[in-house]
Order: sequence, then structure tokens, then C-alpha cells
Amino acid sequence: MNHNLYWFVLIGIMTVFPLALFPSITDAGDEPELPAGLEDQTKSTEPELPAGLGIEEEPDAEVYSAHTPQEILSDLNGFLDARIGLRTQNDPHEKDFSLGEIRLQGEAQKDLNNFLFSLTTDFLYDPVLDHHTVRLEEGDGFIDIREASVLFSPLEFVDIKSGRQILTWGTGDLLFLNDLFPKDWKSFFIGRDVEYLKAPSDALKISVFTDMVDVDMVYTPRFDSDRFIEGERISFWNNILGSRSGSDEEVEVIKPDQWFRDSELALRISKNIRGYELSVYGYHGFWKSPGGFDPDSGKAIFPDLSVYGMSVRGKLLNGIGNLEFAYYETGDDKDGDDPSIKNSEFRNLLGYEQEIASDLTLGIQYYIEYMLHYNRYLDYLPDGSVKADECRHVITIRISKLLMNQNLKISLFTFYSPSDEDAYLRPLIHYKINDSWTMETGGNIFLGEEDYTFFAQFEKNNNIYMGIRYSF
Amino acid sequence: MKQIKCIKYISTYIFLTLFLLFFPSNLIAKQPYVGEIVKKTDHVAYYQGKDGRAKVSMVIMDSHGRKRHRQFIILRMDVEKANKERTSDHQETGEQRLYVYFLRPADVNKMVFMVWKNVDRDDDRWLYLPALDLVKRIAAMDKRTSFAGSDFYYEDVSGRNIGEDIHEIVEVTDKFYVLKNTPKKPDNVEFSYFTMWIHKSTFIPVKTVFYDKHGREHRIYEALKVDTIKGFPTVVKSRMKNVRDGGETLMTYSNVEYNIGLPPNIFTERYLRKAPRKHLKR
Repeated sequence: MNHNLYWFVLIGIMTVFPLALFPSITDAGDEPELPAGLEDQTKSTEPELPAGLGIEEEPDAEVYSAHTPQEILSDLNGFLDARIGLRTQNDPHEKDFSLGEIRLQGEAQKDLNNFLFSLTTDFLYDPVLDHHTVRLEEGDGFIDIREASVLFSPLEFVDIKSGRQILTWGTGDLLFLNDLFPKDWKSFFIGRDVEYLKAPSDALKISVFTDMVDVDMVYTPRFDSDRFIEGERISFWNNILGSRSGSDEEVEVIKPDQWFRDSELALRISKNIRGYELSVYGYHGFWKSPGGFDPDSGKAIFPDLSVYGMSVRGKLLNGIGNLEFAYYETGDDKDGDDPSIKNSEFRNLLGYEQEIASDLTLGIQYYIEYMLHYNRYLDYLPDGSVKADECRHVITIRISKLLMNQNLKISLFTFYSPSDEDAYLRPLIHYKINDSWTMETGGNIFLGEEDYTFFAQFEKNNNIYMGIRYSF
Repeated sequence: MKQIKCIKYISTYIFLTLFLLFFPSNLIAKQPYVGEIVKKTDHVAYYQGKDGRAKVSMVIMDSHGRKRHRQFIILRMDVEKANKERTSDHQETGEQRLYVYFLRPADVNKMVFMVWKNVDRDDDRWLYLPALDLVKRIAAMDKRTSFAGSDFYYEDVSGRNIGEDIHEIVEVTDKFYVLKNTPKKPDNVEFSYFTMWIHKSTFIPVKTVFYDKHGREHRIYEALKVDTIKGFPTVVKSRMKNVRDGGETLMTYSNVEYNIGLPPNIFTERYLRKAPRKHLKR
């Protein structure tokens, strides 16, 4: 398709549709009529008995008649979503548009003899990308299968879910310690709906529920990496080059891709004690985003990784508190003397969320990443390399307010790192136009002193976006 | 002189005896203690049967007549009753579990809201977002906020702890006990008091009016239709009107069932992630 024409049509859709919808919602309808028996009521008179208590009479019927779907559990759903994102500054490595996407998601479920089959597929097109080859595992191309799974219970206390699925656990809010399921950072940074932060896993999940504890095991026969930042759409600090790079110089990786040999295993044991959720975690696999490079080829690699951790979440003061801890052990570099591989780390998270006023919620998290064997890291660090800190501190603040009968949501999520002296702001305005249409606009703003710190490296990708969605 | 005095005493005594025997005893016999009315009302509104299921439709209409729809299935279980495995209905009020499975609007389809209603501490609340497979804890401790964007408050749906208000009978009519309920901690709520018209024979609250801090009507609840299901009188259609902003919400219950034998583990993380389809369907 001619790209200019595409942009013309897309921008047209984005502007015309909201305009077409707004008149219908601002057009005040007639005052609702009062049902029979209520017209003359004043506050001091006693109420009439409703139908069923007094004389049997149907109340003056469906003034409101709710549309009722035929099925109690509807089995086909989805949405159509159009979205545009624009960089707020020039980036020599990327296009001005960060996003220009039309996406159709279809979701179907079918229950066959207690086997629940689920399929969720996205069809999308975005000319910001120059190639559209379908690669299902990376989520590239016209089709992105979000879910293709079967769920069943071979025993009363066992659930098995097999196939492509989205998996999440842990207690952090947009911070992940023991959740080593794939993330899609690209989607997150360019302003797709937050659901796309989670990339699907091709895995087998076995859950066993007992009176003592619940056990979840997730086996991924072939490593599913993050949909990490490699230059496409988002420019970043390339340590190997010692400068920012982007789509002009995408990162080449060596990814573990042998079936069953390059597998991942994640485990969680959890228990809910009087509303306090306690969990212990284990993981054996690989760094989900590149965690080093191959000195010979200069390509990025995914070193072996084991993670052990725990978390607790529950009521605290007038809100919800959470505490999570994880030990990241780099298998290929346990001593920390290989400068081409990330060192082992401790990760700690402390969080608290409270509704501070009506429909106004404040969430605060404090997160520390502590590098082990830091002295050895310094000893072996090649001259001229950018030196990481021993401790990376991050504070996040989420503030969100619901307005207009909860149809309008205004929120701001801020990551701020006092040690890196950088920040990442995610403002968002989300409005439910009616039962079917929603629109949102937001931004991804990276700030910082240095070019190479965690958030500031993305500074050239600052963008604002707008999306409109029809759900069915 | 002495004799006259004695007669006077005796006549007073007889009069008082007669008065006590007839008039007040009639009053006592007919009129239950206010605490009992409140308890029975609370029970009828929120605790009938040991568990239950209903499909709920809400039509939320703002002052301009714009409508929004919500549809969900609600599963409820009373912990104490389930533990004792009693099938008969007892007038206990206590811990409850609620499981709310959203069907409409489409953007919240399959979302689940779960509540552990506690007696001795604040409720525990969870939200499950299926697209992210995310189990969230809800920090909202304020129960006086809108439920799902409607004119009903969270506490209207889940029930307000009767110990939080002082209850007085202000009027007894042929059909109703009229109660005035004043909060013990007025700073925690948006109302100054609320009045309830409680139907005498069924203890169904037919009308409730909440008054704001200036004594003006703020929200008016009315039961519009009652069905008797498995012997339990149940409000199947009700309306909450917000006098202040002109909005109103009509709530309709359908497919209401009691004592369906819900397993207690429905109300755990397992079934947030895996909707209990068997129990959601009728």
C-alpha cells in the first residue's frame, strides 16, 4: 500500500471517528420517564410496595431495556484499535512516527468436554516498520498470536494449560523481579495498550492446589526471550558501539533456540494466609533480554540465569503493601570476572498503594538492584567502558484519578532513579466514550543526564500517542 | 386521712397494673426491638441461603440520558454456613466471599473482581485482568465509592456493617418500619444519616434515602420488583437515583439461585485465572 495514503487514511480515522462519536454523546437525550407509581412521590410519603410484595403488578415495563446477549458466557470477543505515535524530537536513528498501527484482535473460546480451547489473535499493520515478515515467536509481521491454548483439569486439584499463553506473577507494579515471563518493551515504550507489555510464552503450565500450598510449574521447551530493544522502533545506548544506535544498526543476537535443551523452568509455591499472599519462586533459564555479548562475534547473548526469590502482599495500614526479593545468579559468570556477561544481582522491592481520596489512588515503590562481585566487575571492566553503579535505585510513583463516573481515567506513572539520575514518565488519559468506544492519549518521556543510563538512553524516543478502540 | 391515702395508692396501683398488662404489652409484642429489625433486614438483603448466583444487569444513566450498560455474574458464599455445611437458612451474618465475573462492556469482558468480606478487619479485594494474566490487589478501602461506575456504591452492593450506625425507629406504619440510621463515625462517610422503609413481613428495604451533610437528599434507593426464589424474597429490580447529579442506575437480577453448593475454593486465585465456567453458567 502507498504509505502516504495509509497515513492519510489512518489520521483520518483517528480524527473523524471521535468527532463522529462526540455529537452523539453530547446530545442530551430526553429526560427519562419515571416508572409507574413514582411520579407523585415526595420524600415524606411512604414508598409504594414494589411488585412482588404488594399487589402483583409488573412495573411499567422496560423503560431501560438492557440489551441482553444470548449467551451467558460470550465466546467471541475482540477489538479494533487504531493508534498513532509521534516522536517529540528528532532521532537520527529512527523515523518521526513511532507508531502508526491498525490492529484487529479476535478472541474465541470453546469448551469441549471440559477442555477449554482459547485463541486470541491480532492482525496488524504498521508502515513504521519496513519489513512485515511474520515471525510468530517474535511477534513480527501481520499476525501476532497472543494465545492458543488448551486448559483442562485431569484431577480435581490439578490445572494444566498448554500452548501459547500470557503468564504473569509477582507483586511489582511495572517492575518485575520473579516474573521471568517474556515482556515486550518495544510495545511498552511506543504507547501500545499496556496489555502488550506481556509477550506470550509457548509453555506448559501445571498447577497443583493442595490444602497446604499451591504449586505452579511453567515449562517452556524452547527459550522465549523478551521482545527486547534491539534498535527497531526504539533507539538505545549500544554498549558495544559506545553510542546510541537504532534501526540503522539493529543488534544481532545469538539466541538459545534448541528445543528442550534451551528450555526454561519457572516455579512458584504460594499460600494465602488470611488475605496475605506469600510466594516462593524459582527460575532456571536465561537472561530474558541480552545480558552480555560474545567477544568473538560481538553479537549479544542471553547468558544462563537462575533466580530464587520470594514475595508477600497484603493489607498494610490503609492500603496494600508488597515486598519482593530475588537473587539473580548468572550461570555463565558466577564469579563476576567476565566483563562480557552481566554479574549476579540481588533485587529488592518494597511497595505500597492506597486510595488517598475518592477514586484517587497513589502507589509508591522502592526498588534496588544490587550488583554482586562489584570489585571484580571493576577490575575486569575494559578501559573506556561505561561503568555501572553497584546499586541501582528506582522509585516509582503511580497516581491515578477516576472522573466522570469512572469513565475518565487520568494517570501518571513515574520511574525515577536517584542513582542513575534519570526518569521515565508515563502520562495517560483514557476515556470511555460509550460501551463500545474508548480513546486514550499518553506519552513516554525519558529524561536524564547521561546518554547511557537505563532510562535516559531512550531519550530520543520521547513520544506522544493517541489511540481509539472499538471493542466487541 | 390515712384511709383515703390508701385507696388512692390502691387505685393508682390497679391503674398502673392494668396499663402495664394491656397497653404496653401490646406494643412490646407487636414491635420487635430495633436491633432485631436491622439484623433481619441485613440478612434478607445480603445473607439469604448459604450461597447464591445471579446475573446482574446495570443500566447507568446520566443526567443527559446517556446510557451505559454493565453485565456481570455474581457468585456469593457465606463462609460460616459453608463450613458447617448447613443447607437450611440461618440468621447469621458474617464472613462472605464474592466473585464478580464481568461480561459487558466488551472491554472488561472476562475481568474478575473478588471480595473476601471480613467481619473483624477490612475486606480483601482482588481484580483479575485477563489480557495481562494479572492478579491485582485493590487498595481501595473507601467503600463509599461508585461500584463499576454506577450510582450504587460498593457498600450498597456488598452490604454495610450494621455495627457502623446507630439505628432508631422513627415511624411504624401498616406496611413499614421506618428507621433512621446515623453513622457512628460521620467523618468516614459522605452521608449524615439515611432512612429506610423496611417492609414489615419480609424485612425487605423498599426504599432508602441518604441525606448529605447539609441534610439534603443525596441518593435514593428503591426496590422495584421482588421475586420469591426458593422461599427467599429477593429484590430483582432496583434503582439508585443520585439526586445531586441527576444520574440513576437500574439494577436487574436474573437467573437468581440459592443454595447451589459452590465449592469454597472458587474464591481463590486459582479461579481468578481460570473462570469456574461450570458455576457461572446456569
